Amino acid sequence: MIATNRERPRVLLYEGVSSKQIDAQLRRPLVRTLLDRGYTVTRITESSTFGNLGHTELIVLGVFDQLPSLESESKALTIHTRDVQNDTLESLLEYIDGIAQGVSEARPHWKPWFPVIDYDRCTNCMQCLSFCLFDVYGVNQANQITVQNQTNCKTDCPACSRVCPEVAILFPKYKAGPINGDEINQDDLRREAMKVDISALLGGDIYSMLKDRSMKAKSRFSKERDDDRALKERQRCMDKLKTNVEGLDIPAEVLSSLPSLDQIQAKAQQAKEKAEQALAQQAASRQQSDTTHPSATPSN
Amino acid sequence: MSDQRPILYCRCAYAKVVPEDVKDQVLDRLVDSGHPFESVSDLCEMSARKDPGLLPLSKQKGLRIVACYPRAVKWLFSAAGAPIDGASIQDGEIEILNMRVDSSEAICSKLGIADGQTQQASTAEGT
Repeated sequence: MIATNRERPRVLLYEGVSSKQIDAQLRRPLVRTLLDRGYTVTRITESSTFGNLGHTELIVLGVFDQLPSLESESKALTIHTRDVQNDTLESLLEYIDGIAQGVSEARPHWKPWFPVIDYDRCTNCMQCLSFCLFDVYGVNQANQITVQNQTNCKTDCPACSRVCPEVAILFPKYKAGPINGDEINQDDLRREAMKVDISALLGGDIYSMLKDRSMKAKSRFSKERDDDRALKERQRCMDKLKTNVEGLDIPAEVLSSLPSLDQIQAKAQQAKEKAEQALAQQAASRQQSDTTHPSATPSN
Repeated sequence: MSDQRPILYCRCAYAKVVPEDVKDQVLDRLVDSGHPFESVSDLCEMSARKDPGLLPLSKQKGLRIVACYPRAVKWLFSAAGAPIDGASIQDGEIEILNMRVDSSEAICSKLGIADGQTQQASTAEGT
């Protein structure tokens, strides 16, 4: 598990005034390991300074001729200084993790999988809000679509980006473009032009089929205790889904955790109403703006 | 010695979407180069938590971000309330280098830390 950056102390490799470089054989694995464990690592030299990134603990490592005098803009920052000349990788990690344990808060394991909206492309059509069954999307005070509940997003499920008609939804950790943020090419645009009919999806056709298939798979699995058959059933379900909705790429875990058909339809209705309300408010705002600031008539 | 534009390196620690050899080689070169840098565990994670540490990073003049696709990085910062000026990306004032696509050699060369570009060798021990 990796702790969040701000909960972890920030580690500063000090190679500035009155210090020597840290041994390269120690520095390389140290930086790799610290980053993999969720720390922020900064190196400063004689020509650089370090800014405040909001941490409350700063661990300064170096080979010092004289201990550096570091001043912080933040009074809430506690500075720990250590000369690493006689340290090994293990002893240093133990020291750093020891400080971190005193300040880190436990948090649930969560892979940062969530949609990111490309507002250069988004037209605020609200299809994503209508489509997502997990309340990931919402609207802000300006009635602009926004990602409100990232942690509700189902890991490895990029389905909302598949239904976005403008290719405006990114999942940076997705395997392929343009969903991962890669540039959008003409083929992508042609594919998106074949819009998925959201109302048909939410009308129950796809979801009820998925739920039905999933229930059959679960039932067969429980009766026969046949792992292979259950897996094959899931695979057939996925194949069917791909055929029907051009490969929305919804993971099997998400399919098997879908709510009941009644719940889906109720949720779909709520989402639809929310989207319609936001669109109506947008239109009203536009109308009010046009009334207040009518287009200038060209004068000759 | 390479120029002193600030560098921000993302380790993408939560996923295996960035080739391991590329991100390791770039990080090792960066660490050995003697160049000052900031490095974070995972920009996605910081963005999701709207980490206020992204704001001062986004305002650094001449920042070079070593991470993934520029479109993704731009909107990750934006989602965290720390938007990067689009014009600055366009005119190269802020540069985003993509470890998912480019080789470590190409990235190190752009950063000015490739072999032969830095005076400080990887074996600079206790100098």
